[in-house]
Amino acid sequence: MTDLLLDDVRVVGSLVDGGVPDGDPATAWERRKASYRLVSQLNRRKFTVIVVGCGLAGAGCAAALGELGYNVECFTYHDTPRRAHGIAAQGGINSPRAKKVDNDSILRFVKDTVEGGDFRSREADCFRLGQESTRVIDHMNAIGAPFAREYGGQLATRSFGGVQVSRTYYTRGQTGQQLEIAAAQALWRQIAKDTVRLHTRHEMLDLIVTDGVVRGIVARDLVTGEIRPYTAHAVVLATGGYANVYGKSTNAMNSNATAAFRAHRRGAYFASPCFIQFHPTTLPISSPWQSKRMLMSESLRNDARIWVPKKNGDDRAPNDIPENERDYFLERRYPAFGNLVPRDVASRANALEIHDGHGVGPLHNGVYLDLRDAIARLGVGVIEERYGNLLHMYQEMTGDDPIQVPMRIGPGAHFSMGGLWTDFDAMSNLAGLFVGGEASWAYHGANRLGANSLLSACVDGWFTLPVTVPNYLESLLGTEPLALDDPAVTTTVNQVRAGVAQLLAIGGSRPADQFHNQLGDLLYDQCGVNRRGEELADAIDRIQKLRKEFNDDLRVTGTGAELNQELEKAGRVSDFVDLAELMCIDALDREESCGGHFRLEHQTPDGEAQRDDTRWCFVSVWERPGTPGPYIRHDEPLTFTAVPLEQRNYKTR
Amino acid sequence: MKLTLKIWRQPTADAPGKFETHNVTDANPEMTILELLDRLNNTLVSQGAEPVAFESDCREGICGTCGITVNGRPHGPAPNTTTCQQHVRGFKDGATLHLEPFRSAAYPVVKDLIVDRSALDRVIEAGGFVSVDAGTAPDADTVQIPHDVGETALNFAACIGCGACVAACPNGSGNLYTGAKLAHLSLLPYGQQERERRAHSMGAQADAEFGHCTLFGECARVCPAEIPITAVAALNHERLRGWAKRYWMPDDAKRTKPAHHGHEAE
Repeated sequence: MTDLLLDDVRVVGSLVDGGVPDGDPATAWERRKASYRLVSQLNRRKFTVIVVGCGLAGAGCAAALGELGYNVECFTYHDTPRRAHGIAAQGGINSPRAKKVDNDSILRFVKDTVEGGDFRSREADCFRLGQESTRVIDHMNAIGAPFAREYGGQLATRSFGGVQVSRTYYTRGQTGQQLEIAAAQALWRQIAKDTVRLHTRHEMLDLIVTDGVVRGIVARDLVTGEIRPYTAHAVVLATGGYANVYGKSTNAMNSNATAAFRAHRRGAYFASPCFIQFHPTTLPISSPWQSKRMLMSESLRNDARIWVPKKNGDDRAPNDIPENERDYFLERRYPAFGNLVPRDVASRANALEIHDGHGVGPLHNGVYLDLRDAIARLGVGVIEERYGNLLHMYQEMTGDDPIQVPMRIGPGAHFSMGGLWTDFDAMSNLAGLFVGGEASWAYHGANRLGANSLLSACVDGWFTLPVTVPNYLESLLGTEPLALDDPAVTTTVNQVRAGVAQLLAIGGSRPADQFHNQLGDLLYDQCGVNRRGEELADAIDRIQKLRKEFNDDLRVTGTGAELNQELEKAGRVSDFVDLAELMCIDALDREESCGGHFRLEHQTPDGEAQRDDTRWCFVSVWERPGTPGPYIRHDEPLTFTAVPLEQRNYKTR
Repeated sequence: MKLTLKIWRQPTADAPGKFETHNVTDANPEMTILELLDRLNNTLVSQGAEPVAFESDCREGICGTCGITVNGRPHGPAPNTTTCQQHVRGFKDGATLHLEPFRSAAYPVVKDLIVDRSALDRVIEAGGFVSVDAGTAPDADTVQIPHDVGETALNFAACIGCGACVAACPNGSGNLYTGAKLAHLSLLPYGQQERERRAHSMGAQADAEFGHCTLFGECARVCPAEIPITAVAALNHERLRGWAKRYWMPDDAKRTKPAHHGHEAE
């Protein structure tokens, strides 16, 4: 083990202010909106806004700003805006529209979200999420998302983990895909009107900052390799999350942290980097060449039961294991929520059973997800109607038929609750840099509830950023974006070109993917579902060594002046390595357990996360030092008035 | 498993291309075709050779990014399945796989197995949207949609935009793709006001980008989203319906905005 000390890698800074108006958090958003400055219709076209990423948050923000009359330059590394990883979200989007008589309300939504996040998010943010969700459903429905309907024609809903009401709106198992397509269509409408100019196959590689004010970006054309600057009055990053730091996650192959992390290198604070969600129902690794962790929807937990054999290393076929030799451990440990406990709780329970020798499958790295009882109760037809595409997908991947044999699942890295720090206006500490969707830290605290990610991306994109960005722009009326030949611009461009040249010049022997896998394995082992101080310290040490190996032995084939996927990967892995170090520092620093951050040293007698609200009821907001040296942790204190602080409890209600 | 891969290599759009042969001796039946390419690329890069450029993203069959021609078939031998879900177990030990980019005049090659499918986007840009601004929509529960109508709209909306339909068609037709979007939007209550205009402008754009449909039906056989072949009928129906309406509708409704890329009216 290493002798690395926490004080070698971090120092404590000062307090940061989230800018939430004083008083009742339930009315904070309304009051804040009323105080925003406006830009008159005739002046809007004088402003240019760069939006990086066009998933649900980015496409929504770009389209809405275009509809309002601003000039928008929108960037994506994909070939078309419809591909962003929101498409893979299967289950649904939450909204406490509270039409039914199951006693749902905005307050109950806030309670579920704050509590689900284990009290490490802002209450006022969560109120905004609930309040704007109604307009999100109305809007996405109108622009083309064919939400499921009851036979009477009304919107249908279903239930998700951590919630006892039914507030999840959905389109079969492809809700994210349908929201994404609707948003992309709205974006094309603005592109046709020329309010938005779309730059496909362009990757942001740096942020242009002068005196703490963000003035533009530097992007690389992924086809020609050309690196050039784009300047604007404000920049919005909607570039997604960083779960791919784990090498194999449920994220898409190209999902990366580069845009966000390069903004961090330029001074943007990074909040709660160690808050990662492990999804309890992903396919376990079965071969070294498996390229990712395939996700099975949480919605399956509505009908399927999770179990393991009671006997350690019981290798009988699952259907040969009699009822009394099965342990339905979630139902046993959490009677009130059963199989529908939040993801962090389910993942930890799964990991514990696997760790204790109850794991199933050839590598003993999974648990069973079993539809048998639901099929007996409802019939095969109903189950196929509810989950047909998911079951088909499972069979395609594994060759097993889930109607006949229980599925095998296990926890896999899935979602990053942490991200660039933003204030209540969705602006980072750098003036003019706004962040939306998973790239931001907002809303989800230490654990995100299912079906809240599509919601947060849509709320940011369509209904938060389009009012907060203009509030900032108003003060810039009469100014022009920085000239492209300004020294600040050319300096940044030259630094990006030098960085690319450096990656190409290493001339080592190993492809970027190998470093990425090595990093991922290390993080799963030492900064995964369960974490321990000494292992985190060791992980920091090992990551620093990996950084040196990367700098010495990376091999990038080809040149910078062409389509070069190895070069793209090398740049992203390089950022992942540094982000992983920051994650481990954050995890080592935070001496408590909360949500997805489970420190084995801090648990209740019955093995639940033990928060320490006296010492840790704040957001860790990390500043990267300008010169080599320890990271600086600033604190944003959190206060709770609408949802009083309490120990989470999914055992009884 | 041993497999012989004959892979199309083409450094840029303008450069000539050729097949290159690679032998993989440690293929595993559980691998997908894309994981097989990952495996090959890992070896190539370690040897200092140029890896094969190909696109993929979600690897769950939903994002539509991947798409190569495997032994002459867009996406690969398993019907209605994206390339990322095509497994090596579908081939015999010792088999030869021809891997090429999607083949269509509408999709210029960018590099190796990567093509430019922006023609699909230009069809959407021509009118494949609903003109409702953020915040102006009515309560989604006030406009009721029958369950079956919503489900049918979703059957067409399910298109993942991979473009295999065009690559599979001997005519290079984009009618399944264009018809799916028209069917999706025409079934929903919003945007009915622009229905004729949409059918006209999207149809004209599809004519400019793609070949015509003669009902081979190859498109529906490869479509990973299993878009019903009736999408092709929906395209013709929507265009005819729009065309017929123009004879008696007031001038205002007849006026069609030319598509952004400047194609003439029918």
